[in-house]
This record gives sequence, structure tokens and C-alpha cells, in this order.
Amino acid sequence: MNAITPSDRGLAPFEARLSSFQDATRKAAAGDLALTGLPGPRVEAWHYTSLRALNSYIFNEPDTCFNESAVQVILRSLIPQSGCLEPLPRLVLVNGRVVPALSSPAASLPEGVTFSAFSGSPDFGMQASPQRDPLVALNTALAVDGIKLVVEPRVKAGRILLISLAMSSSGAISFHPRHSVTLGEGASLTLIEIAAGSEGPGAYFHNPVLSCSVAEGAHLEHIKLQREAADAIHLATVYADIASHATYESFTLGLGAVLARHEVHATLRGSHAGVHVNGAQLLGSGQVGDITSVITHGAPDCISRQTVRNVLTDRARAVFQGKVLVERVAQKTDGYQMNQALLLSPTAGIDAKPELEIYADDVKCSHGATVGALDEEQLFYLRSRGIPDAGARQMLVEAFLTEAADLVQDEVAHAALGTALTEALVSRIAAWENAS
Amino acid sequence: MTDLLKISGLHASIDADGKPKEILRGVDLVIPPGEVHAIMGPNGCGKSTLSYVLAGREEYDVTSGSVTFMGRDLLDMEPEERAAAGLFLAFQSPVELPGVNNANFLRTAVNAVRRARGEAELDAVGFLKAVRAATKNLSMSDDMLKRSVNVGFSGGEKKRNEVLQMTMLQPTLAILDETDSGLDVDALRIVAEGVKNLRSPKFSALVITHHQRLLDYLGPDRIHVMARGRIVRSGGPELAKQIDAEGYASFLAEAA
Repeated sequence: MNAITPSDRGLAPFEARLSSFQDATRKAAAGDLALTGLPGPRVEAWHYTSLRALNSYIFNEPDTCFNESAVQVILRSLIPQSGCLEPLPRLVLVNGRVVPALSSPAASLPEGVTFSAFSGSPDFGMQASPQRDPLVALNTALAVDGIKLVVEPRVKAGRILLISLAMSSSGAISFHPRHSVTLGEGASLTLIEIAAGSEGPGAYFHNPVLSCSVAEGAHLEHIKLQREAADAIHLATVYADIASHATYESFTLGLGAVLARHEVHATLRGSHAGVHVNGAQLLGSGQVGDITSVITHGAPDCISRQTVRNVLTDRARAVFQGKVLVERVAQKTDGYQMNQALLLSPTAGIDAKPELEIYADDVKCSHGATVGALDEEQLFYLRSRGIPDAGARQMLVEAFLTEAADLVQDEVAHAALGTALTEALVSRIAAWENAS
Repeated sequence: MTDLLKISGLHASIDADGKPKEILRGVDLVIPPGEVHAIMGPNGCGKSTLSYVLAGREEYDVTSGSVTFMGRDLLDMEPEERAAAGLFLAFQSPVELPGVNNANFLRTAVNAVRRARGEAELDAVGFLKAVRAATKNLSMSDDMLKRSVNVGFSGGEKKRNEVLQMTMLQPTLAILDETDSGLDVDALRIVAEGVKNLRSPKFSALVITHHQRLLDYLGPDRIHVMARGRIVRSGGPELAKQIDAEGYASFLAEAA
């Protein structure tokens, strides 16, 4: 008999926490995980992104207590006073747990929006598939808390902030929040998600799962700003089910973490629905950033759009995987996918894997990819106008990313992204130029 | 008075499939302060190469000769230093900069140049005032300031945008590389007026053109004919009229 121990499967960092579950869902997920383990390079979906970094740690369940003044400092840096994000209702998690004292009171949420914590009555929902996605199985087994937002039909809920902070402790910690957002028919919501954390001493692993359900004619805009600590690991999975005439428009900006993956599974279930899975990454020394998506056209006359731009300095590595599956029923599908990378150093690299799987015969699907350096003619043009070389380079990099961020419709989210981008760019380019 | 620009025996080549191809073959040219000079010549004679070499484009290799600008060795300066020193090149084909807002670009450039010249930077209000005045003179819409630099601009709009930059950067020497090409009569008049407005004892221009019409507006002090990488003849405005009537054949024969 071949005994399989969790350590054979890359599960050693979580081993102590993956036993003795009481409820069936967690037990099943842990069972799935014990069978498959965490994916290695032979698993196609994880061929380009290695999870080896997890193996350097034993991740503990985080303490429930944290240094409140340190949290306030981070919160203020993320949400500057009198900035555009400050007035928005917010839900704040620290180390994977909702902290009511830091969150807006329930009464201040827009009418027709209900919030509840996952910890109160764990509801794993039907969308996530722990059997297929090991990181979702890990989340399912270890999820403690998360947010559950429900927007009643026809309610225009405006903007809500979801902030996930990590406060590191002496040892490594991991947290696996489980979120869900449900929009009733004709409802709308702009969810602005920010993931960030304190630098050191211990590393942390943030492994959120978000399930979005967008009913007929509803509109969900989901903007994510990932600026985790430098040695953090961020592996997120988003599911979006989109009914007819509904839209899920998303944008993710990846700036932080040593290893990050934003994986989206979006399914267009009714006709005339639309999905945008856009994003940008600005990565520097030793960072790996992965944007992976599976967009399923399961109904006719739907539109999917994907534009991802990567700027890589130093030894950064980006991964783009974009699969578009057009089912037989999905006639008149209109799909577009574009992945572009600006490589600012000879040691940076990107792996890009577009995949089209089409079973309908009347569809319009295009995809493309570009990889290159800064354009010498553009640089010369700027310099000939008196702008010094370093400033000219920064302008062109910013322009490249700004063009992607301009796809964000919501102006507050757009402004917040712009600010974060400029800040990151100034520090990243400065670090890179000092090094080279 | 000393010369503003003095080019002596300038040779420059470009890499063509691994071999150097000589394009400038001993250019001699002097432009005194306050004068407008024109360079005319057949396609491929090296006019645009000369303008790029003067502006500091790196892919051209200067093999011999010298260029002094306001007494400084121009060839030793970075492109941005040349701009700060007062040199401006209006591009024949202005480059598109997707995602770079035209107004931001202009303000960044103006303030970079002002900083380098030891002048105070313009704040948002001061800049807006200056740019509004300039765009009005050039019949440019505010919308063109809000768009990405040259993206989706018509040929005429791009040329006007070059003249706008020139106006804002206040150069002592502007090189206009076929700024009149592809313009209709009205656009040509607007662009020419824009250049003419800058004429002063502290402003010189080197105008590269194929056409008499722009020169009629500007009233050049001297005309130079370029052929096969050299200036083969210099003269007064009457030279332009001779070219218009007879073409370049006789000058080419001289250069051969």
C-alpha cells in the first residue's frame, strides 16, 4: 500500500490544520486536497507559476488580536483623509477576519444592501469548485470568515470598499477568507477591493475566494488593488456568474507580494451579458505575478473583453493565461483578448498562454499579445522636448499602464488606481534605476 | 555678433544592414541670430538627417565635423540638454504617445526646460493661461489638449501641435522639418503665422521645405540648396524662386 502523507503533496505548510474537521464541506475539501495536493508544474493550470515559495513556511492560524494603532497607520495610508475613498462605506478584515470596529456600521450601508459575516453562518455557495481548484479546496477547508453582501433587486448600491489587511506576527500566518457578493435583478454595485499588509517580521499568505452572482440586468464593477507586503503570497480566486443582460466588469492592479495570482472564472449564463476581465501588473525584483482567467460563453450574444498590461523590471516574471470557452449554444459571441508586456530589463520575462476553445460556428473571437521594450522614437521625442531620459521613461511606462486603467468606468475607483500606480511607479523606477 | 549655429564639415552615417551608410558628406552652414534660413533639396539629400543629428538622435553616427550652438559643442549634449539650451525640432512625422495626456506632456516639457534654464516653473494656473493663449493663436481646440499626444490627430493637427510646443518652449533656434507638408492652404497659413509670431532678434529658424508658399509667408533671409549630403549653393530668397521654376537638376549636376 502506498501511504500518501500531506508532505508529499505540498501540504506540509498547512498540515496541522488540515485534519479533524467537523462539517462535511470542509472535510470533503480537505479530502480533495489530500488526494490532489497543491498543484505542481505538471498540472497544466500551474505550469508557469510555481507554488514552491509556500514550502518555506509553516503557516499558522493567525491570532485574533492585533496591534490596533499599526492597523490604523496602514488604513490611513491606504485611504488618505479627504481622499476620494474616505467617504465610502467600508468592510475591513484583519488577518482574514471581519473587524466590526474598523468597518462602517451596518446602518450606514445603502438601503437594500445587507452585509453579514461568513463566520456567523458559513455558506460556501455553489459556484466554487474545490474538486477542480486545489487552492479553492484549501480555502474551503481553512476559511474562518469573510463578507457576504446581498444587493436587493433594482437597488443602485453605489460603491463599497472591501479592505483586507494582514498584520504579520513573529511566525508565518495564512488566512483564507470566503467572500460572496450577490446582486438581484437590475441591481448595481461597485466593489473596490484593497489587499495590503504590514511588512514583516513574519510572512503571510492571503488566499481569498470571492463568489459573485449577478442576476438579470444587474451590473457589478469589481476593482481590485493588490498591494500586499513584499514577502507576502497572494493567491486569489474569483467566480462570477452572469445572467442575461447583466455585466461583471473587473480590473485588477497587481503591485505587491512576492508571488501573486489573480484567477477568475467567469461564466456568461444568459444572453446579451457581458464580462470584462482587465488588469495590469507592475512587478520588480523577484516578483511573480500571474493573471489567469477562464471565461465561459454559455449563452448567445454575449461580449467578453480582456486587456492585461504588464510592466516588468529587474528579475520580475509575469504569467498570463486566458482561456475563452465558447459553448455550442453561444452563437454571436464577441470575444476579445489582449495581453501586452513591457520588459524594462533583459532579465525580466513573461509567459503568456491564450486559449480559445470554440464549439459554436458563428462567433467573433480575437486575441493577441505583444512583448517589447520602450519605443526609442517615443523616448527621443520626449527628450527632444527637454524631458530628461529618466522622466521620459517614467512617462511612457505610466502611459502604458494608464491606458489599461482607463478601462475602469467608475471614476472614484479610477482615481484610486491612478494614485496607487503613480506611487508605485515612482518607487519602482527609482529602485530599478539605482540598481542598474 | 557671434553665430548662433555653426556647422563645419559635418559627416554622419547610419547603420544600414550592418554597414555604415554615409548620408551627410561635409555640411557647412552658419545661422546668425534672428535670421530665418531655408534648406531645400530633393528627397533623400540628407535634410531630415541633418535635423535629427542636430536634435541629437542616437542612431546617427557623426564621423567628423563639428557643430557649435551658442558657442557650445552641440554634439556633446544630450537631446534634453539641447532643448534646454534653446534648440527645437518640429518633427516631419510627429510621434504618437498613447496614454500621455497632451497638456501634461506640454507642462512637463515646459517646466523641465524652465528648470534647466534656471527659470521658475509654471504652476497649473500660469501654464493654463499661457497654453490657452497659444492654442487660440493656432486655432486649436481645448479638446486637443485633453487627448493623448498626437493620437488620432489629423496631419494638420499634428503639425499645429508641433508649433504649439515650439511656442511654449521658446527656442532660440527652431528647425522645422517639412512642417508645411500635408497641410491645406488654411492650415499652412495658421502654421506660418505661428512661426512668424516668434520672429524676433532672439529667434532663428532653419526651415526644411519643398515649397515656395511657406517661404512666402516667412520671408527667409537665406536659402541653402542641399544635394547628396552637402550644401551646394546658398543665396538670397531669389534662389527659392529659381528652384520653383527650374527644379533641382542644375544643382544636382553641380553636386555630382
